[in-house]
Amino acid sequence: MGELRLMKGNEVIAEAAIRCGCDGYFGYPITPQSEVMETLMVREPWDETGMVVLQAESEVASINMVYGAAGSGKKVMTSSSSPGISLMAEGISYIAGAELPCLIVNVQRGGPGLGTIQPSQADYFQTTKGGGHGDYKLIVLAPASVQEMNDFVELGFELAFKYRNPAMILTDGAIGQMMEKVELSDYKPRMTAEELDAKCGSWATNGKKADRDYNIITSLEMDSDKMEANNLRFQEKYRQMEEEEVRYEMIDCEDAEYILVAFGSSARICQKSVDIARAKGLKVGLLRPITLYPFPKKPIAELAKKVKGFLTVEMNAGQMVEDVKLAAGCGNSSVPVEYFGRMGGIIPTPGEVVEALEQKLIEA
Amino acid sequence: MDVKDIIKPENLVYEKPKLLTDNTMHYCPGCTHGVVHRLVAEVIEELDIQEKTIGVSPVGCSVFAYNYIDIDWQEAAHGRAPAVATGIARVNEDKVVFTYQGDGDLASIGTAEIMHACNRGENIVVIFINNAIYGMTGGQMAPTTLLGQVTATTPCGRDLDRNGYPLKITELISQLPGTAYVTRQSAHTPATARKCRKAIKKAFQNALDKKGTSFVEVVSTCNSGWRLSPVDANKWMEENMFPFFPMGDMKDGERDAPDAYLKKN
Repeated sequence: MGELRLMKGNEVIAEAAIRCGCDGYFGYPITPQSEVMETLMVREPWDETGMVVLQAESEVASINMVYGAAGSGKKVMTSSSSPGISLMAEGISYIAGAELPCLIVNVQRGGPGLGTIQPSQADYFQTTKGGGHGDYKLIVLAPASVQEMNDFVELGFELAFKYRNPAMILTDGAIGQMMEKVELSDYKPRMTAEELDAKCGSWATNGKKADRDYNIITSLEMDSDKMEANNLRFQEKYRQMEEEEVRYEMIDCEDAEYILVAFGSSARICQKSVDIARAKGLKVGLLRPITLYPFPKKPIAELAKKVKGFLTVEMNAGQMVEDVKLAAGCGNSSVPVEYFGRMGGIIPTPGEVVEALEQKLIEA
Repeated sequence: MDVKDIIKPENLVYEKPKLLTDNTMHYCPGCTHGVVHRLVAEVIEELDIQEKTIGVSPVGCSVFAYNYIDIDWQEAAHGRAPAVATGIARVNEDKVVFTYQGDGDLASIGTAEIMHACNRGENIVVIFINNAIYGMTGGQMAPTTLLGQVTATTPCGRDLDRNGYPLKITELISQLPGTAYVTRQSAHTPATARKCRKAIKKAFQNALDKKGTSFVEVVSTCNSGWRLSPVDANKWMEENMFPFFPMGDMKDGERDAPDAYLKKN
């Protein structure tokens, strides 16, 4: 059993980063995620593990610092919230294009624009469909508890290095700010120079040695044939992720007639909604996508063969519902897929969800 | 005298630096980039830091700088090279990191990144090629374009009311306490190229010695963008750019001591 603590989600991101052997964090303050960098600065990991923590002049700078440090093979990360992630979109596209591993944490708030500092899930499209320019995908992990905030830091880095692709933890102000019991991970040492060379020496800018050609980190390729080959390689990588990395949780789905589909905070609410619905005699289950990309299409397609309807519950205007419709309909199923959500920083109540389910699917 | 008598080691006065690759340069004939690339390669070779030097190339004509010097490189987004260099340098304290940027990259879109990297006193080298025009995109107005100078986006000459003033960014940089060495050079004659090489060497030595940020501006020509022959471009540069961008060191030492910047109680 690891060390048990009562911590905020944002604090846990920082603690998990130190413990998993992260080499560097570059960030810029923005509500509701400022505790990530504050916690790191209080912990002073540069003395403990040698991890670098730097407050940059902007989100634009912090993501480009991540690009630089990640290019040298180091395990580095940043965190921000929605408006800041928009500013990072350029850098994220470059990181994906240059095939660099890194971890980005988005503690979402409501938008558009400056929006609100209250929790939201309105960056689903931005995160899973691109965000920056060009054809690329992020590996997207959606924690639904403070414990998963801890677990997904290490998992995010692991997947990022496995695929040489940026990974994002897509969470929100509710999970970032709430305190829960968490079992912290054990300390892992940072990569040594030798380990880094063995793992990343074929591509990283860790200094040109006499026994190898120079390494270039770039997303640029002016030869269209070569650029298309790059694009095809990326797409192949994404297909591999779709084959191997889909993660999801199913609660009470075995006998369910109606399926709630929700991630992150919404999924926490929906667990209670399932209890309320079951108490009323409604056979309701919950499918919680853990990876938003790759999206759990297959379990949804399987469920679509036997259930009477899906209701996505989202803290946005209905974004993931499009992916659920695509997944449910891919077997020519005509099962209805409805959406219920709240916006503006409002978190739906479990009762509201059950009401929406009854109105949109059961009584309809 | 036979040619074999001439080609002897003792007669050798000039050769291609080992670190310059054999890739054909894409630069226009007459462009200053080729000269400065050579100087950077010579300095890295002379200091014997090939294995620990990481270059950061910009967006602009020198985006492909990574094709020409045989070291590890990262190509940055437009203007972000100082942030990229900061990231590399901070997690690799044993490395020497430099950016190579043009005026549009450094003094327009990347103003925030260069100011803050220099103000933090990052142990990096900045090579700043100022030719007062956007070369890569076809000769548009740059932040350093002189008033009256004709470009693709100032076809009647840069106009004060419409376009504002040319930016002396190097003078601004020299005021920042994090800088160790700030200088303006040119490389259009053998004598100035040798002087420029000395400045670049000092900058790299400062990075090795962890003295703070070293910033070397090279006032350069873009004869294609300026629509001039290489010879006329050099003349135009001397007559028009040198009076506004005077040569010489603006700061030489190390980053400021913290005393003057400390809170009082």
